[in-house]
Amino acid sequence: MGGIRTTGDLVARMQLKGMRLKEAKEYVAGKLGVTPFDLSDSTQMRTLREELDIGVVTGVPGVAKGLAAKARIAELLGIEINCVEKLKAKMGL
Amino acid sequence: MATIRTRMGDGSDVELTPAELRQELEDGCQAAVKRGKVDPLTEDDFQYLLEMFTCPSRIWGVQRGNEAILSKDGSVNTLYSSRLSSGAGLPLSREQCIRTFETAFAFDSIEVGHTDYSVKPVKPICTLEQHHVETCLNSTILPLFYGFMPNLGLYFQPDGPFPNPSDLLPKGQIAEARAAQEDAIRTLLEDLKWMTGMMDTVGADGFNYDTVASTGDAEFLATLKAVEWASEHTTMGVEVGMAAEMVLGFHGELEYDGVRLAGLWPHQQMKLVEKAGAAIFGPVVNTNTGKTSPWNIARSVTFVKACTRDAKIAIHPNVGMGVGGVPSYEVPPADVVTRASAAMIEVGGADGL
Repeated sequence: MGGIRTTGDLVARMQLKGMRLKEAKEYVAGKLGVTPFDLSDSTQMRTLREELDIGVVTGVPGVAKGLAAKARIAELLGIEINCVEKLKAKMGL
Repeated sequence: MATIRTRMGDGSDVELTPAELRQELEDGCQAAVKRGKVDPLTEDDFQYLLEMFTCPSRIWGVQRGNEAILSKDGSVNTLYSSRLSSGAGLPLSREQCIRTFETAFAFDSIEVGHTDYSVKPVKPICTLEQHHVETCLNSTILPLFYGFMPNLGLYFQPDGPFPNPSDLLPKGQIAEARAAQEDAIRTLLEDLKWMTGMMDTVGADGFNYDTVASTGDAEFLATLKAVEWASEHTTMGVEVGMAAEMVLGFHGELEYDGVRLAGLWPHQQMKLVEKAGAAIFGPVVNTNTGKTSPWNIARSVTFVKACTRDAKIAIHPNVGMGVGGVPSYEVPPADVVTRASAAMIEVGGADGL
């Protein structure tokens, strides 16, 4: 589905939470305010990802990367991401 | 009469007439129906497959909007390992490979795994594996799994401590062979639980048990119990990828949840994997190298459709060298790989690959 080039990483996370593809796409689309069809559109999603600051596929200084991007993704999708929770525990948050 | 150029299951070229193509598709489908006692494909399914194979384009894809999720087994061995993993032998570290898969290849998820991709050899170097998972988690965005093969075979002599059923069974020592497997299951299960828990402690998003049931029903049972443990004691999503289309009964009498494991087909395996608590199930359908790719793909999607029809969890069929309709050759041809992949999603109803 294009990973971080589009929103494949986000839909994959929802599959790991137990959703099938259609449900996972609808969930992510709802959180992003787009249609499920749009989720695979690299033109739209590249721009949206930078606006939401959840990591992009090209190397752009200042855009969230790694753990920072995943912390924002966890908040956006309303899910817990294991490594983000570990970071919070280390920070006493 | 114009012919359609396609492949055999070993990757070699073959030409079919339109009537032969249709017959191959129907025969492949019926082969799955007969063995697995599953429903056949519909006429719409056959029309899609006919259109797909008669199209002269080298590359085939899903319709826009129907894109599905990729998960990975074998970690990034594809890039840095040798031909033993169909690898390209590149001088890259695992972390460099992970970043390449994320950005250059745009994978939806990826897996850290060791070159010697079984639980027994990685257990002594667990802290090294944990370190790599942690450093990759710091710098990546996509979901990151840890993966290995349970590979119960490594627990039998000469590689492991337990008597080897492959030696005992030909001598008619069935009770001894079963006892050896039951003992080995206990040790394998402890290793699976321990390694899985260790990866959870460093923050992995998911865990992939790969080539499950390669050593038959005993290995399948150990894995199902490990999935149960992981879903109860960790926060990771668990993926179970099978080794073959049918669970071989090296033991023959092992059960999970009252279901005998020997002889299970993909749609039956799926129900148990789902019950155990996995998030993703990866069925396998083996390629017959003596049959055409249309035959193999029709057979594969018939089995997979029987899985996806009833599944509550995501189904990611294995579509790789020798499985899922793909030819069994070191360098699988893109004309068939793309067709097998798209057919799994458009006809088979797969949630990913």
